[in-house]
Amino acid sequence: MRPIATTRSAMGIPTGRLAVWWVLVSEIVIFGGLLASYVMNRIAHAEWGAQAAHTNTWAGAFNTLVLLTSSLSAVFAHQAAEGGDGRRAARFLRLTVLGGGIFLVVKSIEWTHEIREGFVIQSGGFWSYYYTAAGLHAFHVIAGMCVMLWVAASAERNQDLHRVENVGIYWHFVDVVWIFLFPLLYIAK
Amino acid sequence: MSAHAESHRHPDYLKVYFTLVGLLVVSVVGPMVGIRVVTLIAAFGVALVKAYMVAKNFMHLNVEKRWIHWALALALVFMVLLYAGVSPDVGRDSGQRWTKGAGWHQLPPSHEKAGAEGTPGAPRH
Repeated sequence: MRPIATTRSAMGIPTGRLAVWWVLVSEIVIFGGLLASYVMNRIAHAEWGAQAAHTNTWAGAFNTLVLLTSSLSAVFAHQAAEGGDGRRAARFLRLTVLGGGIFLVVKSIEWTHEIREGFVIQSGGFWSYYYTAAGLHAFHVIAGMCVMLWVAASAERNQDLHRVENVGIYWHFVDVVWIFLFPLLYIAK
Repeated sequence: MSAHAESHRHPDYLKVYFTLVGLLVVSVVGPMVGIRVVTLIAAFGVALVKAYMVAKNFMHLNVEKRWIHWALALALVFMVLLYAGVSPDVGRDSGQRWTKGAGWHQLPPSHEKAGAEGTPGAPRH
């Protein structure tokens, strides 16, 4: 028996992929609301620039590179899944998870350093947004890694290969969110 | 293979990736020039281009159903509505019964003490 996500096509899109797009629409509202409120407050409070000056641009840039690279491996996984090569797709998915892991390690080193310097979530308006936005994003990275490992396990057995594309779409969205967080939190000082 | 997969050919992902990495370098190096306009373009203009490239080439939004574009755009409209509705107040320095002074984000000493002691209802900003 085939899962409904592949057999039913609501509005011309397989149900599984349709669900991912709906998740992303709601995610835009969540992250969009957060980033819009950050931007309006940042414009209203010029002094936040001095607080932002303490973030590590190189760490942020490195993590951007890591996420872009992980997106590349996610799209290679999709390509392999389309070709029916589940084992290759699983390998690329696990490589993507490794990228997510490196991202989180860099982030935790960064946060440890900042907290030791005395910049905690209550240290000011900028730091409140910084930890909330980056923390929410990191939570999405962790969620994506868990789902990706699960999808890789079934792809390894050449089962449910359509999921490879679906989880990839989610991962690229997480990448897009970081693409906007990077200049907002690390470059605009 | 899905109908979606059959409907498009994969772009050269490595080429897209290296373009994105090049744009990342621009977004880091651009602000070092120290000119405000260059910083804004390098940081936010380049971010828009990078996001577009990821959405188009990696998420394959260019071959996705048209109404998916509209659903995503609707979510962005909500973001703009939020900004347009709230930012005029955020940007103001005073209202009918309040003034935003230099210590707007700092708690008065009495409140800090009350908050530290865990007094219920102590205002926290």
